[in-house]
Amino acid sequence: MTAELTVVRSGALTTVQDGGRRGHAHLGVPRSGALDAAALRLANLLLGNAPGAAVLETTLTGCALRTDRGVTVVVGGAPCPVTVDGRPAAWGVPVRVPAGAVLDVGGVTAGVRSYVAVAGGIAVEPVLGSRSTDLLSGLGPAPVRDGDVLPLGAPARQPALPDSAPWPAPPTELTLPLRPGPRADWFTPGALRTLTSATYRVSQHSNRIGLRTEGPALERLSTGELPSEGMVLGAVQVPPDGRPVVFLHDHPTTGGYPVIGVVAESALAAAAQAAPGTPVRFTRG
Amino acid sequence: MTQSRSVQVRLAGRHAVLVELPDAERTGAFHAELLRRRAAGTLPPVAEIVPGARTVLLDGVPHPEELARRIAHWDVPTRAADDGGVVEIPVRYDGPDLAQVAALWGVAVHEVAARHSSHTFRVAFCGFAPGFGYLTGLPAELHVPRRDTPRTRVPAGAVALAGPYSAVYPRATPGGWQLIGTMPDPAPLWDLGREEPALLTPGTRVRFVAEDGTP
Repeated sequence: MTAELTVVRSGALTTVQDGGRRGHAHLGVPRSGALDAAALRLANLLLGNAPGAAVLETTLTGCALRTDRGVTVVVGGAPCPVTVDGRPAAWGVPVRVPAGAVLDVGGVTAGVRSYVAVAGGIAVEPVLGSRSTDLLSGLGPAPVRDGDVLPLGAPARQPALPDSAPWPAPPTELTLPLRPGPRADWFTPGALRTLTSATYRVSQHSNRIGLRTEGPALERLSTGELPSEGMVLGAVQVPPDGRPVVFLHDHPTTGGYPVIGVVAESALAAAAQAAPGTPVRFTRG
Repeated sequence: MTQSRSVQVRLAGRHAVLVELPDAERTGAFHAELLRRRAAGTLPPVAEIVPGARTVLLDGVPHPEELARRIAHWDVPTRAADDGGVVEIPVRYDGPDLAQVAALWGVAVHEVAARHSSHTFRVAFCGFAPGFGYLTGLPAELHVPRRDTPRTRVPAGAVALAGPYSAVYPRATPGGWQLIGTMPDPAPLWDLGREEPALLTPGTRVRFVAEDGTP
């Protein structure tokens, strides 16, 4: 019999995420996967899991879980208080949770998304090669609810358990290096200058589909309609209101608003941890 | 006949190229050529090949600049009209917008079924929802606008028209297309139990077959 986690408190939005669901975009299937991909990898590394093993991604308010047998976990990503049966436990490094105990992942003290990785990974049934919850199209498991039971995989041989790990702090200012194109020519020459010189702020309407921004509108040369075309992760799409949206992992696979530039994938982990109101600067690079 | 000079290749970030073509027909031919080259092992590694209305996106490409230069010199054969298999979709022509579409087409309501089912369509691209295919093949005089007010719920299996496209909704979603009929059992449109979950993959030819009892 395998170990299980029972969800005691599901928090504002907690989903199962792994490395994502690639290779099906031509069928309208988003990539999905952990928004802070660096946090996913580090948490799994610390437990001896495969780099893309499934974890829980929380949003702002954490979650609480009970385990039916002793497990080793890592809570990383956005910093937050961690307790085991009410006693303070370490954040960012492996923690032993005894059978029957409740692991409480508290509200973030900075950033947006904490990750709860468990030795052996979360072993819900994969869909198209991934266990990730895709909030755009509804593939994969639904967001977790109180009382849900999540099966766990078999842990690897116990790895060396470090007492510290290189977690980056969530950004107080988000810098997003961007390459213009593929539709920069749909905008006035001033639009790209505005985008790379003005300060934007992370909008509270951001989600797993896109990081929405508030700031100066980008002006288009024509108001014509762009025939639907394929969209990449990190695409900066500009809807009719002119405010750029950076596409994150649950983005639609095709879209009809022009993409003025594409943000480097390596910068998107920080974007996943940028709280509403965080200043955003787009740079050429 | 080839089309090498009509291709425009744009970079989309560090790992993708967006290939732009003059029209839907040549986009389909270029997509078919990409699939041929991938099957033959002559295409560099690529994670996703995503057709759009007039583009094909190649994502997860290790050296996009190099691929962009090579693609500009490809000779792409035009695609035979009867190339690829045909999927038949049974339809009951009973949609709530049937009268509206008949008026736009200038035909009697009962003639919509005959018109719509007389054409062979092709899946140009997918999007909107898993398994939702945008089907081209209606002549320009039968293109209709979207509804002024989208419906908050279009049922699974709804057969719909908007602009140059026909589609069948694989599941219930909000939608603004004109609904002309119903696929009685829409489950095969998206079936995760199958190796290929989508019935309507890009490039597939599609015929709508009017069911008995259609007015």
